[in-house]
Amino acid sequence: MPVQTVAPKIEVRASAPAQTPGKSKVAVRNLDFFYGRVQALHDISLDVPERMVMAFIGPSGCGKSTFLRTLNRMNDVIPATRVGGQVLIDDHDIYAPGTDVVELRRKVGMVFQKSNPFPKSIFDNVAYGLRINRVTSSSSELAGRVEQALKDAALWNEVKDRLKTSALSLSGGQQQRLCIARALAIRPEVLLMDEPASALDPIATSKIEELIFDLKAQYTIVIVTHNMQQAARVSDRTAFFLLGKLIEVNATEKMFTAPNEKLTEDYITGRFG
Amino acid sequence: MDLHRHLDDELSSLQDRVLLLGGEAEQALDRAMYALTERDSDVAEQVLDHDDQVDRLEVEIDRLCIDIIALRQPAARDLRFVISVAKMAPVLERIADHACNIARAAIDLNNEPELNSVLDLSRMAEHALKMLRSALDSFTSNDAVAAREIIKSDSEINDLYNHTFHRLIELMVTEPATATRDARLLFVAKHLERIGDYVTDICELTVYMAEAAFIKHSN
Repeated sequence: MPVQTVAPKIEVRASAPAQTPGKSKVAVRNLDFFYGRVQALHDISLDVPERMVMAFIGPSGCGKSTFLRTLNRMNDVIPATRVGGQVLIDDHDIYAPGTDVVELRRKVGMVFQKSNPFPKSIFDNVAYGLRINRVTSSSSELAGRVEQALKDAALWNEVKDRLKTSALSLSGGQQQRLCIARALAIRPEVLLMDEPASALDPIATSKIEELIFDLKAQYTIVIVTHNMQQAARVSDRTAFFLLGKLIEVNATEKMFTAPNEKLTEDYITGRFG
Repeated sequence: MDLHRHLDDELSSLQDRVLLLGGEAEQALDRAMYALTERDSDVAEQVLDHDDQVDRLEVEIDRLCIDIIALRQPAARDLRFVISVAKMAPVLERIADHACNIARAAIDLNNEPELNSVLDLSRMAEHALKMLRSALDSFTSNDAVAAREIIKSDSEINDLYNHTFHRLIELMVTEPATATRDARLLFVAKHLERIGDYVTDICELTVYMAEAAFIKHSN
């Protein structure tokens, strides 16, 4: 029985090829950002594909949270800040003169590291954005939107019998999901999450991560996380920042098995610095 | 930094263990072939006795890999290294198993008159050993270029196997009295040919480790 000799081999990369991103929901072009005279972000260009989860990773002070906040102009409230370049959402530059910032933040919701429910009832927390924006025209419509937002945030079953109790009575994980429900109630298109699970225990973290996975069917999600395993678990694409620069953006599976840049590799293998 | 140094120590220990296993496999093959060509059944028995130690080393490597993955969550080159080692250890253990099978054949054949055909097998074994040593060197030095060259050289073992196969079939036909011994030698040749394939697997893992490229099953 003759044995075949080895024929020339065609090689394939170990990681799946960088997932071909779909249409960009957010397109950042040559973005610079300054706190007074200190430049915090340098010439960032990045695309966030629609209905995908993009994670930002990097050491403390690398600019990832600053960058996140440029995506809905949350940095505007900080004095002496300055932005250069463009942030396009659905091809509209959000820094163009005349941009309605309130409308922008309705479209680009945000969840913060520390859950920050208002000292009101669970229902009123979720209804708050709907009321101040006069989104609903009847109390039944308002109740329906609140219920849907709580369901979308995977919290409804836990709170449906106590909607009138204080939001502050909820656990830390529930409070964070309530904040997500509050953000979802006004039906944003992009959801920014700044370390949403960093203060939570593993079970509450797991619920938030499952929620992120479910929400990406409807929303474009950008998450800042210090937890690289979390970035690996929840995101489709990952961007690595260092000293205010974008070092690499790639499909998450590629980033964690065979990153292109040595700096990325050194960071995710813990050999940084 | 201490935590990272700890991981480096564990990875280094893992590398030591897999090289030790590689050395054991290499020595088992060398001694099994010595037992066959020099008709020394005592050495063959030593190869068989030593196999438990090879098995224990494989299990130890498995445990180390699992611990590192569970406790350190390695990524990028560290992940590729651990995965490569985890897949390489059973391959090396299998090579040692083939060496044991050769040692068993040697014990049987040494009880019977000598056959000249053993000489061809020595050439195959020398080539297999050279491939194995080079493969372990390329793994140690993370050298994908060398690993690819070794993969190419597997065709030489295949050629030698084909030659030996036909020669032994001829002998079985022309000298039926030696057919049983020829058949044993044929199995030895097949073991050596399989070792060449296993060395190819090791080299493919080295290429994966070094370049994150899958070249397995890509011919």
